[in-house]
Amino acid sequence: MNATGVLAIAGMAVGTYLTRIGGYWLVSRFELTSRARAWLEYVPAAVLASLVVPELTTGGPEKLVAGMGVLFVAYRWGNILYSMLAGIGLVLVFRQLPLG
Amino acid sequence: MQGATEQTDSSQFTADGFVRGLHESVPIAVAVFTYGVVFGVLARQTPLGTIETLLMSVTVFAASAQFVVLDLWRTPLAVIPIVITTVAVNLRHLLLSAALEPWFSRLKRGRIYGTLFFLNDESWGLTMRAHSDGETDGAYLLGSGCLVFVAWVSATGVGLTAGGLISDPTRFGLDMAFAAVYIALLVGVWDGRSDAVPVAVGGGVALVASMILAGSWHIIIGGLAGSLAGVVRDELGEHQ
Repeated sequence: MNATGVLAIAGMAVGTYLTRIGGYWLVSRFELTSRARAWLEYVPAAVLASLVVPELTTGGPEKLVAGMGVLFVAYRWGNILYSMLAGIGLVLVFRQLPLG
Repeated sequence: MQGATEQTDSSQFTADGFVRGLHESVPIAVAVFTYGVVFGVLARQTPLGTIETLLMSVTVFAASAQFVVLDLWRTPLAVIPIVITTVAVNLRHLLLSAALEPWFSRLKRGRIYGTLFFLNDESWGLTMRAHSDGETDGAYLLGSGCLVFVAWVSATGVGLTAGGLISDPTRFGLDMAFAAVYIALLVGVWDGRSDAVPVAVGGGVALVASMILAGSWHIIIGGLAGSLAGVVRDELGEHQ
């Protein structure tokens, strides 16, 4: 093992842990107002949408169409594994089609 | 809704909660495992040694940041840019852990800060979904995080030893795995029409930001814009 590599990994580990606890630590410093609590309740939906939308719209049309299929499966069955399998299956099928 | 949970939610931290989190995380652990294998395969093609790669997966445990730094892993090694890039990619964690505070604040400190080591996008999304379905046990996140951790580290090892089998995840449609998981989690946390504004604004702003900025900034910017838009919508609604 080389020392510089280990140093870089240690820096990555410490930096990452600080991001993991940082948001919690910061918010716990303050008495949250009801408005702040309402804000935090909207964070999950907003973050998940921010993860999904660019992922689907920058990966070619097949991802967007597969995403619609996944949305249906997730809504209908509420099961993560089914949704994942549907997504992988649909995108594979669409990539076999001669779409241009 | 906020008022109701505040009184009854004397947050617990039990073995049962841990097992529930573990059990319900099997699908996301499968998705993480496939990406861990890819990471191990790619890491082999850099000057990063086997032990160092495993050490990174164990101590850093952050898929997207680890993928990004593979590109930077050249000799001579530039430590500062690697650390800064890692932190930048992981800044979204700030938002995720902040959202846990109203729920976790009654737990013992050691439990909170120990559990947060295992915080990752998928476990967090799953935990927030479970919370919106009535889960109050904080160990749920720990159980979920531990399973994802084991999947990530073991998959790194498999990728390092197995090599060249899955060097291009798009060939197998695996690039869709995470998007599908996020969609399922989004459907799960969906709380009715009140979430429409945060989702639409968050998704739209993140899309624009992703075209301009590298890394994971679009997640932070979209997450902030969407959640704040929800608050603004509430405020405007109250004055009508």
